Amino acid sequence: MAHQQAHEGHHDLESLRLMGFWLFLITDCILFGTLFATYVVLHGNTNGGPTAQELFAMPGVIAETFILLTSSFTSGLAVLSMNQGNRKGLIGWLAVTALLGAYFITLEVTEFVHMVHEGATIGTSAFLSAFYTLVGTHGLHVSIGLCWMIALMIQLSKRGITSVTRRKVNVISLYWHFLDVVWIFVFTIVYLMGVM
Amino acid sequence: MAQHTAHDNHDSHESHGSLKSYVIGFVLSLVLTIIPLVVVLNDMVEGTAAMVVLLVTAVLQFVVQLIFFMHLREEQKPRWNLMALILGIFILLTIVIGSIWIMTYNTVAH
Repeated sequence: MAHQQAHEGHHDLESLRLMGFWLFLITDCILFGTLFATYVVLHGNTNGGPTAQELFAMPGVIAETFILLTSSFTSGLAVLSMNQGNRKGLIGWLAVTALLGAYFITLEVTEFVHMVHEGATIGTSAFLSAFYTLVGTHGLHVSIGLCWMIALMIQLSKRGITSVTRRKVNVISLYWHFLDVVWIFVFTIVYLMGVM
Repeated sequence: MAQHTAHDNHDSHESHGSLKSYVIGFVLSLVLTIIPLVVVLNDMVEGTAAMVVLLVTAVLQFVVQLIFFMHLREEQKPRWNLMALILGIFILLTIVIGSIWIMTYNTVAH
């Protein structure tokens, strides 16, 4: 307890930073909201090109969904290890999360390349412009999260669990859960409703 | 305090969840992903009913992630995080529903 009180002022600043990140997530939510609105409005405008039903390959998308869902869970386990003071467990679970994230991105890029080879590019129709922008923005978020997570693992192995790295782990885990939530809506609104 | 070094029941006074809550959240998320999948791929319900099932399971999963993974319920008062979230969702819904509403009755686009 004494240790905690000594860092009381520091702790408050870190929790304020955590809240600042939460506000960023809310604005990011609104960003995705505008992209979703665009997609929903334009998804029927295929300009004679392929429709959602012809284009989407569900097995890959289902795999992506479960991979990202599992990575959301493992990033939670990383936070749990951190709270138990287990640095090896923390870095280990972060590594598992990053690997799952990398696998997710690989599947998504493969899917995009496959679609482009079939002639469904971002310029083909309004539907595909909206599709690539929405799903691509999410993929970009995941990629940024991956780089960030790797940098954090390096920092954790050098500095250990301090009040600063503790906050950083909490922040990246929030970010990762948020990306999973966004994907759930991509999965539902773009893919499931697309093939329905 | 003893419990601070042991960390066995730290979830009672620290707001970071426990293994149990993460596992429950994960299982609920899996179930809420499988339900819409089965419904859509097997054509069990169609049209508006299917849309409702999809949206409800998606929103429920959002709530599950918020509670079990992002620990929103364990926030102490004043609950700024929750208030910011409500404001964000309000803006988001206005943008999405407003766009759909306007474009549905847009006579130029059709």
